[in-house]
Amino acid sequence: MQVTMIINGETVSHDVEPRTLLVHYIREQAALTGTNIGCDSSSCGACTIHVNGEAVKSCTMLAVQADGQEVTTIEGLADGDTLHPMQQAFHECHALQCGYCTPGMVMAAVSLLDENPQANEEEVREGLEGNLCRCTGYHNIVKAVLQAGSDQ
Amino acid sequence: MIPVAFDYERATSVEQALGLLAEHGDEAKLIAGGHSLLPLMKYRLAAPAVLVDIGRLEELSYIRDDGEELAIGALTRHCDVEHSDLVRSQVGLLAAATSEVGDPQVRHRGTIGGAMAHGDPASDLPAALIALRGSLIVDGPSGKRRVEADSFFTGFLETDLNDDEMLVEVRLPKMPNSTWSFQKFNRRAQDWAIVGSAVVVDQGICGVGLVNMDSRPIRATAVEEAIKNGSSVTEASELAADGCEPPADINAGIDYRCHLARVLTRRGLEESGR
Repeated sequence: MQVTMIINGETVSHDVEPRTLLVHYIREQAALTGTNIGCDSSSCGACTIHVNGEAVKSCTMLAVQADGQEVTTIEGLADGDTLHPMQQAFHECHALQCGYCTPGMVMAAVSLLDENPQANEEEVREGLEGNLCRCTGYHNIVKAVLQAGSDQ
Repeated sequence: MIPVAFDYERATSVEQALGLLAEHGDEAKLIAGGHSLLPLMKYRLAAPAVLVDIGRLEELSYIRDDGEELAIGALTRHCDVEHSDLVRSQVGLLAAATSEVGDPQVRHRGTIGGAMAHGDPASDLPAALIALRGSLIVDGPSGKRRVEADSFFTGFLETDLNDDEMLVEVRLPKMPNSTWSFQKFNRRAQDWAIVGSAVVVDQGICGVGLVNMDSRPIRATAVEEAIKNGSSVTEASELAADGCEPPADINAGIDYRCHLARVLTRRGLEESGR
């Protein structure tokens, strides 16, 4: 089945099997490998992207469900060499260790602040419950999100 | 993990979706947000030959004040229910239970109809629906019918829905002055409830629905009766596990689940001001 979607502002179109997961489509057909696959069962959040501006787990969505929708991945956040404020805050607060959870964590955090720009620490921790960091670097991640929030 | 291959049909109306179900019978499955069905398909516990995508039926995404009741379209997403002023003010328990479903990403995709139609005893929303004495509107070849929450959930992942029917609306009696509590016990954020207790008190009448205490979402009838007959919260909550046949698994054995049901129901009744 032919699917067409806008990924990071560019229209992409491919013939896919209906059973193709969105995360596989993004990584293998659209060749954007910034989005990671972690648990593959909608628990860990490593594959978090935005569909129409909202954070979703792309391992639990079919590519055909995203047909005609707007998708943003971690590659779509920065403006050229200028990092997105959330990426900048992660950089400054040392909010990553191994980095595997980072793309999903950043995408979830951007969506969180879009919905609740004044989120306090408790709301940030609660809002990131769908993203696991196996290095357990949560303190600096929360710090980064709070910094990005106050910089807005 | 990749699901077994299937044919994909995208429905553009309820009528067309029902037509596809009639055509394909038990070979077909409806998909909305897909957050219950896709994991099952990935684990290959479900392998429908035809997937009918109803995710774009905007006509089924609404929250309406409908006289004595609140009407919520089956395709209304959890995030919309959770943040709805109407839901918060009229059926606060549902907003609270919905905010406990999965995590924000899951709530951006999952729908109230999907959570009900999946019929999972470990799911938060069916227990809230039972406590609130809600009902469900089912559409099918012979028209619409209304099913009370108590008769909708018939077994483990089984509901009163026939293969050629589709859940289109959830209805809840408005209770602007109710007090309520949603108690969910789990070990980690975003986990399913090991046990949960949904409690609502409205005009002296109490409703209690239990999560993961039987093969289906279940009402704590003995607790409700005891409160009605003037028992104290402590006495009533002792009856929370009466008649339940909870599962035993890696998280908890039967005795521990029964204990949790009693404790959580007591806390829920206390928080609801009983």
